[in-house]
Amino acid sequence: MANIPSDLRYTREHEWAKREGDRVRIGITHFAQEQLGDVVFVELPKVGARVTAHQSFGVVESVKAVSDLFAPVTGEVVEANGDLPKSPELVNRDPYGKGWMIVVKPSNPAELDQLLTASQYEEFLAQDAH
Amino acid sequence: MARAGKPQYDRLIFELSSPGRIAWSLPEPDVDVEAARARVPRGYLRSRPAELPEVSELDVVRHYSRLSQMNYGVDTHFYPLGSCTMKYNPRINEDMARLGGFARLHPLTPEPLAQGALALMHELAAMLAEIGGMDAVSLQPAAGAQGELAGVLMIRAYHASRGEKRTKVLVPDSAHGTNPASTAIAGYEVIEVKSDASGEVDVSDLDRHLGPDVAAFMITVPNTLGNFEPRIVEITERCHAAGVQVYMDGANLNAILGITRPGDLGFDVCHFNLHKTFTTPHGGGGPGAGPVGVKAHLEPFLPVPVVTRRGERYALDWNRPKSIGKLHGFWGNFGMLVRAYAYIRTMGPDGLRAVSEDAVLNANYVMKRLEAHYDVAAPGPCMHECVLSARRQKKRGVTAMDIAKRLLDLGFYAPSTYFPLIVEEALMIEPTETESKETLDAFCDAMIRIAQEAETDPQAIHDAPLTTPVRRLDQTRAAREPDLRWRPAR
Amino acid sequence: MRYLPTTPENRRAMLETIGARSVEDLLVKIPAKARLGRPLAVPPALAETDLVRHMRALAGRNADADAYTCFLGGGAYDHYVPSPINHLILRGEYFTAYTPYQPEASQGTLRTIYEYQTMMAELTGMDVANASIYDGASSLAEAALMAHAVTGRRDVVVSGAVHPQYRRVTATYCAGAGIRVRHVAAPDGVLDGDAARRLVGDATAALVIQSPNFYGCLEDIAAAAEIAHAAGAMLVVVSDPVNLGVLEAPGRLGADIVVGEGQGLGVPLSYGGPYLGVFAAKQDFVRRLPGRLVGATVDLDGDRGFVLTLQAREQHIRRAKATSNICTNVALCALMATIYTATLGKQGLVRVGELSMARAHYAAERLAAVPGVSLRFRAPFFKEFTLRLPKAPDRVVARLARDRILAGVPLRTYDRALGDCLLVAVTEKRTREEIDALAAALAKAVA
Repeated sequence: MANIPSDLRYTREHEWAKREGDRVRIGITHFAQEQLGDVVFVELPKVGARVTAHQSFGVVESVKAVSDLFAPVTGEVVEANGDLPKSPELVNRDPYGKGWMIVVKPSNPAELDQLLTASQYEEFLAQDAH
Repeated sequence: MARAGKPQYDRLIFELSSPGRIAWSLPEPDVDVEAARARVPRGYLRSRPAELPEVSELDVVRHYSRLSQMNYGVDTHFYPLGSCTMKYNPRINEDMARLGGFARLHPLTPEPLAQGALALMHELAAMLAEIGGMDAVSLQPAAGAQGELAGVLMIRAYHASRGEKRTKVLVPDSAHGTNPASTAIAGYEVIEVKSDASGEVDVSDLDRHLGPDVAAFMITVPNTLGNFEPRIVEITERCHAAGVQVYMDGANLNAILGITRPGDLGFDVCHFNLHKTFTTPHGGGGPGAGPVGVKAHLEPFLPVPVVTRRGERYALDWNRPKSIGKLHGFWGNFGMLVRAYAYIRTMGPDGLRAVSEDAVLNANYVMKRLEAHYDVAAPGPCMHECVLSARRQKKRGVTAMDIAKRLLDLGFYAPSTYFPLIVEEALMIEPTETESKETLDAFCDAMIRIAQEAETDPQAIHDAPLTTPVRRLDQTRAAREPDLRWRPAR
Repeated sequence: MRYLPTTPENRRAMLETIGARSVEDLLVKIPAKARLGRPLAVPPALAETDLVRHMRALAGRNADADAYTCFLGGGAYDHYVPSPINHLILRGEYFTAYTPYQPEASQGTLRTIYEYQTMMAELTGMDVANASIYDGASSLAEAALMAHAVTGRRDVVVSGAVHPQYRRVTATYCAGAGIRVRHVAAPDGVLDGDAARRLVGDATAALVIQSPNFYGCLEDIAAAAEIAHAAGAMLVVVSDPVNLGVLEAPGRLGADIVVGEGQGLGVPLSYGGPYLGVFAAKQDFVRRLPGRLVGATVDLDGDRGFVLTLQAREQHIRRAKATSNICTNVALCALMATIYTATLGKQGLVRVGELSMARAHYAAERLAAVPGVSLRFRAPFFKEFTLRLPKAPDRVVARLARDRILAGVPLRTYDRALGDCLLVAVTEKRTREEIDALAAALAKAVA
């Protein structure tokens, strides 16, 4: 079915989170980019900005829609994907790889465990399907 | 390369420019220009002229005439955009708006010398109040969205005057985007109310949200599925019982002229779209006009100035301490008010009623002829517009957008697509009353043909349009690499 | 009835297809108690000939700028309107079309808007312009909202020399958004720089000035830019685009957003509307702009085409979080401005500006020479100026109206302190003879 890597965690707003040592890399899922259509613009926070779990940290824009990006965890932004301004299509082509959005240093690493697992996200997608 | 059938003209005015050509005629200065220049500090003046075109008058006329030929308009094509009411724009209205006494009148002309204009505005406001079942009307808002903003600001002022702090406005999930947008500008939190399976307001969901923190409920009647909410009076009563004001978006007024009125349905405030119901031309995207009507309790809050009458004297009244303020630099889009006034005086009460009856008849006829071929979004009868879903066609890979593009090749402008949001692959069709049965039949025949093509030859639909000046356009590129102005090639 | 083609036979056939006996059956969902049950109380229908007679009578009661010599300004001007404009905008493909939702069938509208965006950007010296806002006043209001959204700051500081009705409209829009509008006085007819410096600070989203301002005076835009930028605020300049053939583009003097009333670019006076809100900004802000934007792209054959773009910011997609609530704007007025600018072009707009400026300065000299009359402000001006009169201006205006002269706008209702002042505008259409006649009539009226 949908592309849902098993080593990632997920939110109900269709973000993924990947633990990388004491950091968390964040992006949006394959399902999300499919729903959006061609991504034309991504608005990301600057390095050093604080993000809060469940709150918006930026915006992803396609031709037909704009969606808020919701932070899976609370923390400080330590990296923002500098390729996305010039190549927003990376979000469509490689949402889990080159289409990553930010890397956060989480203030509460336990938050990551509260996110959905791959199979929970898959189930969530199936329930929500029209 | 243009393919056969595609008209060839692809020029912008800048590309026709040739240094030294002129299209204008102005006298030589008969006063001292250099002396005047010397009075202005150098840094305030341009050192080089702006880079604007230099063309002849024939260039101007030919270029803009050729460009016009790349447009479909109501004058040339059936144009069934839902909730836009693309009815015929009477020529006499254009002539009347161009009378020198109207078109050449400066807004700051002393009021005793603008009595004709003020009288027209006063009379128009009274006629709209009667049509809407309201107690007072402001003609100031420049479009429906500004009318909405005025209405919501007045509601805010009303609650504030009663010492009540209400922070939310309820809007159906089927609402036009301007409803939540206008509400947000007015500083409210927008809460969506669900629609039920037939596209009507889910009254139990509405009840769940009604409360002392809700300022208003904003709804379009008939709704954006083209249906009259049968429980609308009950809805406005429930809102009032909770101290909530009700706003009617008047975009669909063409369905109910002379039949029922917002005021009689319980609404406290409504707006009118003069460029929809009242035939002022759409202009390629405006100018419109969005007068707002209110019941007496909101009258003190109307935008300022208000056109008043004492005996035979008309004036602008600025002494309105409770007014929400001002939305337009002057008095509103007067030129559109003249057109709407001429229309209402042309139609009279019987004519206006016939407008709505014929509009409703036409939409139901189209829905009936198409219901075997397309899913209908909500059971009939509909009002002045119907919403179909291309759900069936989507299963064959043909979307609402594909259908719209194919219609262009078949000689029709497309209906609205993908609105309301709550209907999958929505096609919203508003024929209007100025279309004949023959035109409706031709349109339905085309829609049926497309439905058949979706089964037998979907590729023909995917390739459409082929006969328009351009084929399908790369929207993604336009948004990823915005090119919003011409620049000379280096 | 000529707009209703449905005949009784049509009606019968259509009802039969629908399966209804009458149109009443289709109105069944409307509750009986809400039915109007009587004809609307509007006047009975007028035949066209009677309508024309009635409307001519109404029009005849107005002192328009063809019957009277117009020296009125204050945000609307009697500028030359080249004859092709009216002919072209009466083409039904332009004025009976709507928003370009199907771009393939709307290339005419889209291309003219792209040209318009280019021309406005060029005139204002900005990178990008939108497809229009309703008028100058609402354009300024939208600029205030945008500055607030971009900077996250709560205050907008507005010069007292900005058009009073623009300030009022801005305040109305800002009230809902919780933006605080603060005013800087302009006692000498221009922005008080020291007072502005004191007010503009960390909480300021934008400083707003107008040039030429409401009193006709020219402002030092570069100096205002310094004040704004020193505090990290944006500079919003309100500017009449028809003047920008001669006046320096505000964008080259430090403006971040330029707004203004485009009525002078070929749009009829029409008692105040419909007019044309020009809105232009720097490239950085392209995704924060209110209103429609047209962009160039290519079609499936690789041919050039135009579309509405960056629509995701707009109300029909972004809804409550949209950059603005604007939907219908003033496309046909923007088309008038496009044709006007194409017609006047590089040289013509210079001639319009020079003639207006020269005739206004000639007029100021002649009028200030009338005993008891003087220029109220010493600041340089362009095509409009404020006179101080020895007699009540509204009486003087009434007196001159008897000579079929609309002499100017009395300023008492705008500012008590200027109760003895009259705002006079002179465009390229005012001849030397008309100006001399004004001076003579004024001399008699204040004698």
